Amino acid sequence: MTTARPQKIADYAPLVFPAVMLTVFFVVPFGIMVAVSFFRRVQGAFYEPDFVLANYARFLSVFFGEVLGFSLVLAALVAVVAVTIAFPFTYLLARLPRRRQVLWLVALLSIVSLSEVIVGFAWSTLFSRTAGITNVLVALGLMDEPMSLSPSFGALLTGLSYHAFPYTVLVLYPALARLDPTLMEAARTLGASPPCAFVTVVVPALRNTILATLIMVFVFALGSYLLPQLLGRPSNWTLSVLITDQAIYQSNLPFAAAMAVFLVLVSLALVGLSLLVGRKEAAQ
Amino acid sequence: MTSLVLENITKRFGAVAAVDRVNLTVPDGSFVCLLGPSGCGKTTLLRMIAGLEEPSEGRVLVGGDDVTRTPAHRRDFGMVFQSLALFPHLSVGENIAYPLRIRGVPRAEQARRVEELLALVRLPGFGERPVAKLSGGQRQRVAIARALALQPRLFLLDEPLSALDAKLREAMQVELRQLQQRLGITTIVVTHDQREAMTMADLVVVMNEGRIRQSAPPVEIYRRPADTFVADFIGITNLLRARRGPDGAVRVAGGFLAGVTLPAEEAMISVRPEDVRLVPPEAAAITGRVEFVRDLGASIEIYVEAEGQRIVAVASPRERPDLQPGATVGLALPADACVVLGA
Amino acid sequence: MSRLLARLFMAVVGIVLAAPIVVVAGVSFNAQRTLTFPPVGFSLAWFGEIFADAGWRGALLTSLAIAASSAALAVAIAFPLAWFLWRWHAPWARLFQVLGTAPFILPPVITALGFLSFWATAGFYGAPWTVVISHAVFLVTLPLVTITLGFSSIDPSLTEAAATMGADDRTVLRTVVLPLVTPYLVSGYAFAFVLSLNEYIIAYMVAGFTVETLPIKIFNALRYGYTPTMAAVTVFFVAAAALVFSLVARFGDLPRLLGAWSSRES
Repeated sequence: MTTARPQKIADYAPLVFPAVMLTVFFVVPFGIMVAVSFFRRVQGAFYEPDFVLANYARFLSVFFGEVLGFSLVLAALVAVVAVTIAFPFTYLLARLPRRRQVLWLVALLSIVSLSEVIVGFAWSTLFSRTAGITNVLVALGLMDEPMSLSPSFGALLTGLSYHAFPYTVLVLYPALARLDPTLMEAARTLGASPPCAFVTVVVPALRNTILATLIMVFVFALGSYLLPQLLGRPSNWTLSVLITDQAIYQSNLPFAAAMAVFLVLVSLALVGLSLLVGRKEAAQ
Repeated sequence: MTSLVLENITKRFGAVAAVDRVNLTVPDGSFVCLLGPSGCGKTTLLRMIAGLEEPSEGRVLVGGDDVTRTPAHRRDFGMVFQSLALFPHLSVGENIAYPLRIRGVPRAEQARRVEELLALVRLPGFGERPVAKLSGGQRQRVAIARALALQPRLFLLDEPLSALDAKLREAMQVELRQLQQRLGITTIVVTHDQREAMTMADLVVVMNEGRIRQSAPPVEIYRRPADTFVADFIGITNLLRARRGPDGAVRVAGGFLAGVTLPAEEAMISVRPEDVRLVPPEAAAITGRVEFVRDLGASIEIYVEAEGQRIVAVASPRERPDLQPGATVGLALPADACVVLGA
Repeated sequence: MSRLLARLFMAVVGIVLAAPIVVVAGVSFNAQRTLTFPPVGFSLAWFGEIFADAGWRGALLTSLAIAASSAALAVAIAFPLAWFLWRWHAPWARLFQVLGTAPFILPPVITALGFLSFWATAGFYGAPWTVVISHAVFLVTLPLVTITLGFSSIDPSLTEAAATMGADDRTVLRTVVLPLVTPYLVSGYAFAFVLSLNEYIIAYMVAGFTVETLPIKIFNALRYGYTPTMAAVTVFFVAAAALVFSLVARFGDLPRLLGAWSSRES
């Protein structure tokens, strides 16, 4: 259907509504935000139009540099944990008989759509002193008395990985579902045991997919706003938390905007990278 | 010493038996073709031999050892898949070296063997090429080289030539056969193309609906099919109903058939079109009316209708019978060309 | 042996995935107003409170209304765009496809901030309908992806056959395209609906002080201590999502909708 070019003006009609909506309600807001990042912050009011680089300069201070560094490291860790577990999991999932596969997919979809609030609440419950994992361990005799495991870095990492996991599975799913099953079988007939075949054939064959997924999960984790507050100490707060904090509570919209623009640039660069990597793999 | 023995192999999926009590003995060093239509169970059977599927019942014995429970990666077989399954992230040489690499064979030895195998499949110097840049025939050969890298005791191929175009396929059939003879390796090929089976195999195993219908050398399959399915599947044949009268005489298509005995009052007879002789109608045992004449250049097919049955005769151009549709013609069926079939 | 290991691995992951939900569900049945597991006593009171308490009920209805309308709007934006890209060869229009995907790829905090700046500048900051539009634009990606997938699965010879029989664009759309693409429309709507229901940050930033959706209410409630109604709401969310996706799975080919080639027989 896609070799014909639009002939008349009327042919463009269906494009009007989406184009208008997306331009007015995405491009413009985004543009405004970029503009605001250059505005001068006025105490007591929102801001006044200006062009200063003060916001970006402030952003490059030590404190915010630390927060940025922590955010990046945390996001990277989450990406690695999530993909390491999700890759073999999704491989096995894609090979299940149809009925069980659909069951798992429905379950994963239900969890992936869960709000960060809910995930945070559920895990804080699981880490609590009265209704959590430690209670089970005490009941089994492995611990003396229950204790609260959150807020802590470990709790945050667990919660974020949990939140990212179903998303990772769904991102990996198309590639693994379409993987030629005879590749593994050929490896087995060539003398590789199933685990060996998986590591020497499936993983390298899909290395571009893995890389692209790592990047996508990284961006996903970078945007996490609630979990650091619910499961982590203030020292564990990420850039996204700071952005919201500055925007709402400190009423410093220009500074928040500057940080947001920076975050966007990082995300876009990474997404672009993952697209490039993905295209290279598709060409194989 | 027999190389492969299948004892009562059965594979059930739910209530359906994809492979049903198959018994087969494959002599050492022979080239066997599993032949049959789609869904007849031949690929499932091959996969069970390879260890990729577990039989519901029965045993697989190789060189006397029971390997039924041995996992695929320990069976020491080489297999070429229909999809070829070349590893996309490895070069040609790395693909071929893969089985050697995971066995821990030293690098130098790997390289030597890869060169040897590339020469064997007539792709010298292709070691560095990426797999994606190869033609269909070349990928074929790489898959074969890889499967033979460890000098397996059994060489299994699942419809290896189906992705190739006709001319290349014919050439590869001959090449594959020659390769097998040179190496003397016991080979089992799955195919649905009966010409392919007839070309390459020492032993043709015709399968249908999970069962073996006949297992014999190609010529015997052709000349002495065991039942109507085999007769009909291999080449073109005339399947005719024959009746034995109270006087003991056998009648086919309205005429007498001498020299043939039937096991029952009614039976099916198979006669190949090239064995049907055209004779003057006055002297003929069977007469019929010409329905259709097809002159193919190298041969002439004549479709005759006799007493409600259709008989096809093939004449060579040298004979060039001058027959038109509607003409009356006589047919003679030599007794030694008639095969009385079971069912 | 390795098959057993594989099963064990999946089981462990399954347990970890289910654990928080199970515990929260258990807590929601607790008779007393405390966060204890296993539950002491059994009570459905907290589920009732979702509907009985004006605050929770209001939040629930608000969330449902916003989800239903923003998902519809998202589909309304995605569908003509996807159709246009499929029907015509117009490479420059890919730009809009990128725009459609962008809001979702970026960290939501940024999109939220963008919307905040926009509505504040436009002067509508705080009006409830701004959340609907914001959600719709944010979630456009999901229906766009599924509907595009749906279009790409249409065999072109079908539309060509219709054209040779005299059907114009509109008729082809109505009689051939729509019936084939509807499952993808529905699944796109379902995804967008469920995600809008769960969405926190955009709703909060755009109109958090006037509009209270369920996630906002939960977060606010969390700050002031625990009430079991939160647990009940969590169970509600999971159940709602599971229901929606089960329906999609029941009427459609879920593996294919998520990117597999076609349903495998096993």
